Amino acid sequence: MNNHFNHQNTHLSGFNRRDFIKATGAIGALLLSHNGFAKATKPPLGRVVVIGGGYAGATAAKYLRLWSLGAIEVVVVEPNTQFVSCPLSNLVLGGSKSINDLTFGYDALKTNHGIKWVHDKVTTIDAEAKKITLSRGELSYDRLIVAPGIDFDFASLPMLASAEAQNQIPHAWKAGWQTVNLRKQLEAMPDGGVFVMNVPKAPYRCPPGPYERVCQVASYLKTNKPKSKIVVLDANAEIISKKGLFSKAWAELYPGIIDYRPDHAISNVEVASKTVSTEFDQFKADVLNVIPPQRAGKIAQIADLTEKDYPWCEVNFLTYESKRVQNVHVIGDSVAAGLPKSAHMATNQAKICANAIVQLLAGQVPDPAPVFANTCYSYVSDKSAMHVANVYRYDEAKKIMVSAEGGGVSLSPSEKEGEYAVAWSQNIWADTLT
Amino acid sequence: MKQFQVICFLVLSLITSVCLPVQGFATEVSTFSDEQNTHIRSLAASCAACHGTFGNSVVNNQNIASRSTESKGANAVLAGMAVTELTEKLLGFRDGSRKATVMHRHAKGLTIDEINQLAAHFSKQQRIDKSPIKSEILKADHE
Repeated sequence: MNNHFNHQNTHLSGFNRRDFIKATGAIGALLLSHNGFAKATKPPLGRVVVIGGGYAGATAAKYLRLWSLGAIEVVVVEPNTQFVSCPLSNLVLGGSKSINDLTFGYDALKTNHGIKWVHDKVTTIDAEAKKITLSRGELSYDRLIVAPGIDFDFASLPMLASAEAQNQIPHAWKAGWQTVNLRKQLEAMPDGGVFVMNVPKAPYRCPPGPYERVCQVASYLKTNKPKSKIVVLDANAEIISKKGLFSKAWAELYPGIIDYRPDHAISNVEVASKTVSTEFDQFKADVLNVIPPQRAGKIAQIADLTEKDYPWCEVNFLTYESKRVQNVHVIGDSVAAGLPKSAHMATNQAKICANAIVQLLAGQVPDPAPVFANTCYSYVSDKSAMHVANVYRYDEAKKIMVSAEGGGVSLSPSEKEGEYAVAWSQNIWADTLT
Repeated sequence: MKQFQVICFLVLSLITSVCLPVQGFATEVSTFSDEQNTHIRSLAASCAACHGTFGNSVVNNQNIASRSTESKGANAVLAGMAVTELTEKLLGFRDGSRKATVMHRHAKGLTIDEINQLAAHFSKQQRIDKSPIKSEILKADHE
């Protein structure tokens, strides 16, 4: 304890405000004076740097500040200046939401909680020296949180790696301009056209997401282009989330529109003609949406946080500390877990991780038995939604989070749950961003 | 004993340092040195996706005029709710005596002790009138 305290003290006096300004340049300096950090004395518990300002990273930053009562200095590094929500972004394709309904700034989060913010990209992590390198400088940390979300793996589909190819064939699996692009292509498609999309091999971000997307595109086509068809090429052996509910919704709401093919992994794409091949078949699309296979975010790969034969990050579920690299925690979609890669799950991991880091930096023992809840809604039309909801509890023997009794899915989709889903989004956005 | 003294010193120095007027900390009742609360505060924080930070839901019957009668009362503000009220509701969802849309999924996964502690936790949170966050126009330089 004594040692820890001394180490802490020495380390902190070794990194001061001047270093921070040096590291972050003029933008950092502006932030400091604007948010009044310059007035505050050095926080006594140390500094946590958070890589990524998505659901996981932004939530961790906020709760570290709240639960440490301001005693931990928190710096977020994020290359985007806006937050665009993936949840609800399929509704942009259906036409009931605009991308501008799902786009938010970071100002409230920063100023409400005194979070330092660096608009930059991380290039390397030096875990020995406990510092990270940015495009424009360096930052040292006591604990590092890595929350970069997913990275696409184009090894099997190299023809889709370029920006030009993705302009023709968007993935729209990170909400933003690709979502807008895909919607425009659907609007421009003639009645009687064919929309082809795929479901990548699990695990990928948002298990029910591709099937919800099918519903949203079908909803748009049924009303506006009723002669059109949808072909769904699923790399998995069956619908992997809310199977019964999606099958029923497709049959009842969109009869004759959806041609679903399980066990159909995409082996080749001809970009110019929008033709996809699977092992035995070929499909020519008018609008083509390929969601590539996924892996942990790039910085997690660079920093050796991913497993050798598995591109995700193994963590200790009490603290979310990496099993490979000390003092580095991983949260959100990059985590290897038998848990859905959902926004609610990302915020839960962020909170358990923040809670544990506050305890660890204070020289205390983290909660040995974390529990959290996950609720995930999927829309089957512009108004009706259904849930999958579970409580997850740490299993001491298995050392993982396991679902508790009583979890499950809706009996059927309803407009009432559509309203609950709106309320979910408004509360999780406010929780993450204010 | 020496360890204990060091911890005391650390905790004391922290307490004095948190008196800085930093916005946003007023609503949290527990501190990081209060070990009793660290388990329940992260579980309670998990409810925020539907019930808001510290139980201050940004969705209520007043500001969501478009909501149907059916979903009125859902996504309730939990901050400041009486211990008996929240305990009764959660126990009702848990044993099926109270009609639920999604809450039975959660209540059934909780222990009685967790339900009691959650009710105590939310009853102590300050009720704040909160509105949904305002969206903005997506900028051209976003990916």
